[in-house]
Amino acid sequence: MQFDSINAFFAMGGYGFYVWLSYGVSALMIALLIFMSCRSHKKTKEQIAKRYHRENKLREAAKKQAEQQTQSQAELLEEPHESTS
Amino acid sequence: MWKWLHPYAKPETTYHLTGRLIPWFSYLSIILLTIGLVWALLFSPADYQQGDSFRIFYIHVPSATLSMGIYVGMAIAALCSIVWQLKLADASAAAMAPIGAVFTFISLVTGAAWGKPMWGTWWIWDARLTSQLILLFLFLGVIALHNAFEDKVMAGKAAGILTLVGVINIPIIKYSVEWWNTLHQGATVSKMGKPSMTLDMLWPFIFSYMGFIFLIVVITCIRFRTEILARNGMRQWVRDLAVKGES
Repeated sequence: MQFDSINAFFAMGGYGFYVWLSYGVSALMIALLIFMSCRSHKKTKEQIAKRYHRENKLREAAKKQAEQQTQSQAELLEEPHESTS
Repeated sequence: MWKWLHPYAKPETTYHLTGRLIPWFSYLSIILLTIGLVWALLFSPADYQQGDSFRIFYIHVPSATLSMGIYVGMAIAALCSIVWQLKLADASAAAMAPIGAVFTFISLVTGAAWGKPMWGTWWIWDARLTSQLILLFLFLGVIALHNAFEDKVMAGKAAGILTLVGVINIPIIKYSVEWWNTLHQGATVSKMGKPSMTLDMLWPFIFSYMGFIFLIVVITCIRFRTEILARNGMRQWVRDLAVKGES
């Protein structure tokens, strides 16, 4: 141990401000980088999931519409047959 | 060898492999950094000339040399991406740029905080400091180019060319202390033959240096996986993964 007391440790032989500035800024920047990296990973995934759900919804809506159209067309085609017979 | 390597060029395999490696590298990094920095702050002796301000050395030197290391790694990835059109190489280059920028920034700030009590000034336009500042701008330029295009392939190409042109700055940083008269002191650790440090200063340095290396590997893996997902958003395996919401 190089320091006699906690106060001596924080004072760093008169260089306390510079030493703790260095270590503080480094820790802060690295913590920020890790946080941002994890957040962008999560966000990217959420965006992909969102787009996937939106496309699914659109696809299903299109399918439904297509079914309805074919149904109504079939009805239109059937009606004249029914009236004549 | 190529047969053995081939599966790792598949984004899905690489994504899962890096996912499994991240925890182990994180533990290693935390252990090494804790040992190294506690040793550096509490137990390593003060420098006979610089006193306790010398403790800045244990983050200043790793961050400075590793920022150049990250740049070289990014340049190799950019070269692979441009020559062989490897999509994963491009993803890894994009992943490394912000990490390099942060470490370059740290080296500049810690350098300034060390320069103030030792040289009497926070900043001076000398060769080593100026070339390191240019390195920061190169990293920022690469990040900006990666984000400037909607098309990731085109963005990768533009950023890759800037990266390769900027490689010229690396030897300039490395040899600036020998080519020009500068305030910055010469190399301490990597001197040919014996490093000019006592062992009780060298050991904490080696621990924190290795810790920083693994820290960079971990963050690179995290960002690399994000890039893989972003570039393969239309693939089924990515969509399954995103919908399930697992890591």
